[in-house]
Amino acid sequence: MLIEETLKRIQSQKGVQGIIIVNSEGIPIKTTLDNSSTVQYAGLIHQLVMKARSTVRDIDPQNDLTFLRVRSKKNEIMIAPDKDYFLIVIQNPSD
Amino acid sequence: MFFLTPVTPGNQTIPLTDETCGEDFQAKVNYRELFNYREAILRAKMPPKRPKSAISSAGSKGRAKGKKSQSPTLVEKPGHPEDIFPMVLTSATQELFGCLADEDVTGESPYKLLKKDDIIQDIKTRAAVSDFSPVKQIVLDYPEDELLLVYDRDFTYEQCFYLVLTPEAKDRILNPPEPETSQVLENVVNKTPEPKEWISLGSELEIDEESIKETREKLWYKFSRVRRKFGVPVCFSDRNTADAKDGYLECASYQDSRFSIKQMQRDCGMQAVPRLQSSSAQTQWKFQRNIFTQYVPRELSDEEKENILQFESLNNFCNSVTPRVLQALQQEEIMNGFFDDWKALGAAAEDGDWSGKVSEGLMLYQAFTDQKYTKDKKISSINWHPTIYGVLAVALTEQKEERTKDSTTFVVTPSVILFYSFSDPSIPQLLLECPDDIFAFEFCPSDPNIIVGGCINGQVVLWDISAHVTHLLGTQPGSKKVSVSTDTFDLDDNQENKTPVVRYCAVSALESRHKAPITDVQWLPPTFEVTRSGLPVENKYNISVQVVTCSPDCTIMFWDLRMQRLLSHSATDRKQSVDQKTQMTPYSVPDTFKHLDRTWKPLFRVSLPKIDTSGEYAPLKFSLEHYTCNGNTGRTTEEDNENDDGDSSKVIPDYSQLRVPSAKTATILEDVNTKLYIGTEDGEIVHTDWKLEKDDSGRLQSAKPLHCFNIHHWLVNTVQRSPFYKDIILTTGGWNFAIWKEGVMDGPIVLSPSSEQVCTSGCWSLSRPAVFFIGKDDGSIEVWNLMEKTSEPAQVHAHITNAKITCIKPWTASSKQHFLTVTDDIGMVRVLEIPKVLYVPTRNESLSVKKYFELEEERLNDFLKREELWAQQKREAEELKRKTEPDKPAKSLEVNEEVNMKEYKDYMTLEESILKGIGLWPAAADKQNT
Repeated sequence: MLIEETLKRIQSQKGVQGIIIVNSEGIPIKTTLDNSSTVQYAGLIHQLVMKARSTVRDIDPQNDLTFLRVRSKKNEIMIAPDKDYFLIVIQNPSD
Repeated sequence: MFFLTPVTPGNQTIPLTDETCGEDFQAKVNYRELFNYREAILRAKMPPKRPKSAISSAGSKGRAKGKKSQSPTLVEKPGHPEDIFPMVLTSATQELFGCLADEDVTGESPYKLLKKDDIIQDIKTRAAVSDFSPVKQIVLDYPEDELLLVYDRDFTYEQCFYLVLTPEAKDRILNPPEPETSQVLENVVNKTPEPKEWISLGSELEIDEESIKETREKLWYKFSRVRRKFGVPVCFSDRNTADAKDGYLECASYQDSRFSIKQMQRDCGMQAVPRLQSSSAQTQWKFQRNIFTQYVPRELSDEEKENILQFESLNNFCNSVTPRVLQALQQEEIMNGFFDDWKALGAAAEDGDWSGKVSEGLMLYQAFTDQKYTKDKKISSINWHPTIYGVLAVALTEQKEERTKDSTTFVVTPSVILFYSFSDPSIPQLLLECPDDIFAFEFCPSDPNIIVGGCINGQVVLWDISAHVTHLLGTQPGSKKVSVSTDTFDLDDNQENKTPVVRYCAVSALESRHKAPITDVQWLPPTFEVTRSGLPVENKYNISVQVVTCSPDCTIMFWDLRMQRLLSHSATDRKQSVDQKTQMTPYSVPDTFKHLDRTWKPLFRVSLPKIDTSGEYAPLKFSLEHYTCNGNTGRTTEEDNENDDGDSSKVIPDYSQLRVPSAKTATILEDVNTKLYIGTEDGEIVHTDWKLEKDDSGRLQSAKPLHCFNIHHWLVNTVQRSPFYKDIILTTGGWNFAIWKEGVMDGPIVLSPSSEQVCTSGCWSLSRPAVFFIGKDDGSIEVWNLMEKTSEPAQVHAHITNAKITCIKPWTASSKQHFLTVTDDIGMVRVLEIPKVLYVPTRNESLSVKKYFELEEERLNDFLKREELWAQQKREAEELKRKTEPDKPAKSLEVNEEVNMKEYKDYMTLEESILKGIGLWPAAADKQNT
């Protein structure tokens, strides 16, 4: 199955803490994290992505958000949005 | 033009307005004058009438009833005599009484006698309508039967009749006196009346103005007819007005627009009434809004998830997204683009944190000097006034060199103690006169007005400055200067040395003085007193009454301020004292201590025999523990309370009233520390007990000192107990200072390395247990902070003064103002402000410093043990060497030295590790602070 393979490939990267696939309404579909943090991440990041996407689209209607990286003190959250789904990857910085 | 309203004659003005012509016009006419005018005209018109009537009346009088005309004076009179009553009689009344005017009575015969009964009858029948009702009472009272009624045709009394009210008047009118009549007759006969001169009163002008005169010329019309028509008959016929053009002229009324009547004044009233209104309001919930909170996350069921996972779109999504995510993830691995170089740089730079030490030093606040008194003098001692803000006292002594130099000229400058105040740094506020130079003095802790001083000649001096306290208070900065001080300032302008001088109250007896200068004097705390044998007993007064002095003559003396009781062994003394008491003191001196002056003897003296050899120690400074009533039993606390109460009621008891209580009644306080730390001339620190002990022969004698260490090698100038630990003592002298712990018999727990300069004074900080100040010979001050560094001073202030520092004393003015006074041997007093870092204690400082001292004590013990060991080893080695190589002791010494050094280093590392362990080591302390 393609989705499992994808998750494996991503999981094999260094420092990856968790992967979540969320649908366009912010409801998690697939996750490698526990339930509560998945729900939290999905709900919050969904809002953030919608805001970021609308910002990009408002600036230029023909443009679209392709990738969002949120760098924080403890980790980095990478979001790859698409038309119907988001992929959220949480990674620990290398150092 | 004028419409004159009917006027009653009189002196009144009536405004008249002409309504028709519409003019706002007021005419004032003096109608009284007008009346007079008319009257005058009448008189002028008929001058002969009056005389005629007079004559006729005279004639008629003589002819018929003897009636007599009124005298002309009456005519002129405006009023009427009291005995007549002018009245109006209606025609009905006139008819009734038969006195119709101009018929029954005339101008010629105006008199009519009326029956009294008729009048009363009339009054009764007609009541109020009767004309006589106004005079009813008079008529009733009238004594005779007939009353006289006179017809007054000329209106002499303003009415047409008058009634005569009294019979006398009736007689007078009806039968006038004869001679008068004859005289009147003569007058009438002789004088023909002449028209009188017209006297203008101004009314004719008004009359003139008001009269209408023709001013225009009259129009003349001339009508003519042709001759032939003369006498021709005339024929008249009707004619319509409309036929001819100018048949008639109409004069219509109209409103004249040229003027209008202005309203000048108007009366109107107004009243303001508060209107009360009650209303109510209700806020409406206008915006209704539905709010929801999602508190259960939306989740898909497993079937749904499975379903979604089967979607092709998800696979497409994975394919499109994966490379992007992988790229981002790998970027992190390949090169961290978010690495903060600047932060990495800053972390390294943080170590070299430089903190500004500039503002942390001592700042000069004020300097005091006085040219007159401090010239060629050095300051031997300084004390802050315990209660008054900003007042300090300094004792001056001769500089030693000067004294020897000037011995030939021998200029006597008075020995004084100067009082300075912050308010005026150049002029001393008070002078204490001293018998000789003072080396040490101290304010009494119970009464700051009492000062005890020690003289260079060994005498103890007492002052009482209570009379001058207001002066000192007045010179306080910030307070209003009281009149006393302003007076002094005025005097200061005129004469420079008008500072008040206080003479000493008492000096001790010459024969029982110290044999050397008194170098230190201290009050015993108010908590206890000592007996003649040095036993500490309870102080019933709870005020300081005893003084301890020390001098290099190898004695320490205890003095009592109170009047001695009669004791058997001091009988002779007493006698002597009585003799001397009779001597009068030459100056006006407060007699607080009169009982002591020149007879004062020490309570007892403590000698200081050397421990191991013969001879005695020569003390310079000493320190005793300030016993605070610990209250070991309930009884003492109770008594303390009582004492407190007593103190509050009588603030400071008079010293002259105090008596020495009997020694038997006093309770001996066992827990008072009777041991003294003494610094000597030779740099020794001696720990001894002041209690006298009985030796074999039964005499009281000082015990041998407990221990003695020669640490300072030269004059000890400070022996001071820490204000925070009663067993920690700081001593300075020679080239170093030491910190001692009472009870540790083996030496100082801290001993500073020798410095280049002589340490001349030292003192503890009053607010930080870890801080103390050391004054140096070269005028510099070292600030030591045991929390910061233990091996070197935290701060060094190099040039506080150019001369040798003689004294430093801290003082807490307020919680935010801490001062340090520094005096030197050229007479300057400098007040330095202690910065915040040096007066605000760090957290747990007291505990940490205590721990530090305990550690030092351990180190000392340890060191001593090792020293013993080394000595043993050394001895053994020497023995060994003596046995093997008797001529090479030096080398073995060196070896020993090395061993010692190594041991010491080992110890230092041990100490460091221990200090780190408890957080006292500076680095560790820093961390703890952060």
